[in-house]
Parts: sequence; structure tokens; C-alpha cells
Amino acid sequence: MDIAIACAICLMGGIVAGLIGVGGGIVFVPAMTLVLSKGQVEAEATSLMMIALVSVVGAWRQYGYGNVNMRDAVVIGLLSPVGVLVGVVVANSVPERTLRIGFAMLALYMAWRLLRRVFGNDPHDPAEPGTEPLADPGPDPPKGAGPEPLTGSGPAR
Amino acid sequence: MDKRRIIGLAGVGTLAGAFSGLFGVGGGTVIVPMLIALYHYGDRLATGTSLAAIIVIAILAAAMHGGIYGNVDLETGLILVGPAIIGVVAGTAIQQRIPEKTVSFLFALLLIGVAIEMVVG
Repeated sequence: MDIAIACAICLMGGIVAGLIGVGGGIVFVPAMTLVLSKGQVEAEATSLMMIALVSVVGAWRQYGYGNVNMRDAVVIGLLSPVGVLVGVVVANSVPERTLRIGFAMLALYMAWRLLRRVFGNDPHDPAEPGTEPLADPGPDPPKGAGPEPLTGSGPAR
Repeated sequence: MDKRRIIGLAGVGTLAGAFSGLFGVGGGTVIVPMLIALYHYGDRLATGTSLAAIIVIAILAAAMHGGIYGNVDLETGLILVGPAIIGVVAGTAIQQRIPEKTVSFLFALLLIGVAIEMVVG
């Protein structure tokens, strides 16, 4: 029964991942710790393995919809391990409470920027008149046409 | 791609990796809002590009956890990843049918939830 509940929660996690472009770990980890009584570290590690598979399928689907700037994704992805190392060093030199508050402040700032964009008050919003045009790839490609390579169609800088 | 852009994106990747390593959160929590806010990405393009970038981060982190520390529960992971994959296919399909700014709104709600969890959790 527990595994069925965890599967249902992970189904929801997958939907969240597809909808907003995160890996889904924010849902997978509690499904394992709270429902399956896994330890935090084991749950996070298993969640990462799941995220790897989920993000492959999610990226493949989004590529088909024309929603991937592959060049930028490769730059971000390949250089992220540097950040992991930085994170480990920082984690060992700064109190965890300080880190958590710092991340909370960054998250709130980003939420504020997104909400300004949603409600149309962000002067940097490219959808606003007088600013840069959105470099979104536009409408979905016609069915059967296959994914378009997007390496040359990144967003405006 | 010019040097400034590469350096900027490297910063996004570094920050995503750092927060991933520090808090076990997916890099997407950092990548999506930064691509939207700093690089003026459309919402769908940001989420798709984030998923592609996360592949590298998650594979490396999972390989380290599993290969070096043996923390990955492969059996449980393989059972749970089935419905998760069905979910991500459904989620990406739903995303194409809702207004773009709804994605930003949902993401802002997620970030506020994460911020609260970081402080009180």
C-alpha cells in the first residue's frame, strides 16, 4: 500500500517537473522519507537517480515542442559540477542556518521578479512594449515535422 | 556565443550546482527563474532548457552518491521512476496548453514554498 501511495506522489512529482522545469526532487524526497521511511540521504540520492531519468524524458519532450536552447543548456549543465564543488566548500565553512536564510532570500527575490513579470510591472519583461522581443521559438512545430535544432535561436540578450 | 554570455551562463550553472550540492534541491529551482529574470527567456523555453541542463547535474550527483557512497536504493528508484516519467510526459503536454505566464506564477509559488521551508524547516 505504501509503495502505491509513493508511486501516486511521484506521478504528481513528474507532472510538476514537466510543468515548471524542475527535476521533481522536491516531491520525490518527501515521498520516500515520509511514506517509505527512507533516510534523508538515501532518499536524496535515490531521488537524484530518478531526476536523471525524468529530466532525460522531460527534456526530450520539450525538445520536440521546440522549447530547448541546447547550447545554453550544455553550458549550464557542463559547468554546474564546478558549483557542486563550491557548494561543498561553502557548506563546510558557513553555518547551515546562514545558508538556508541566504537561499530563502534568493528564492523570494526570484519569486518577486517572476510575479512582477506575471502581473506586467517588470520593466525588463520582454513582453512589455518598448523592450526586447521574446526570443521564444514561437508556436509548436507542426506534428510530424520533428524537433528543430535550436542552437542558433537563443533568446535575446 | 559571446564571452559575456558564456560567463553568465557558467554563473547560473555554478549557482545551480552549488545549491544542488548544498541543499539537495534540483538545479531547476535556480536555473528557471534566472533564465527568465536575467536572460529574458520565455517561460516554456526556460523550463525546457532547465530540464536539459539538469540531466548533467543529476547524473553526476547520482553517480557520486551511488558509486562512491552507495546511497542509491536502485530497486525503489526504478519502481518510483515509472509513474514519475508518465507524470513528466503529462506535465510537459499540459504546459503547452496553458498560458505562459501561468508557468511563471506556479514557479513563483514553488519558490515561496521553498523559501518558507528553508527558514522554518
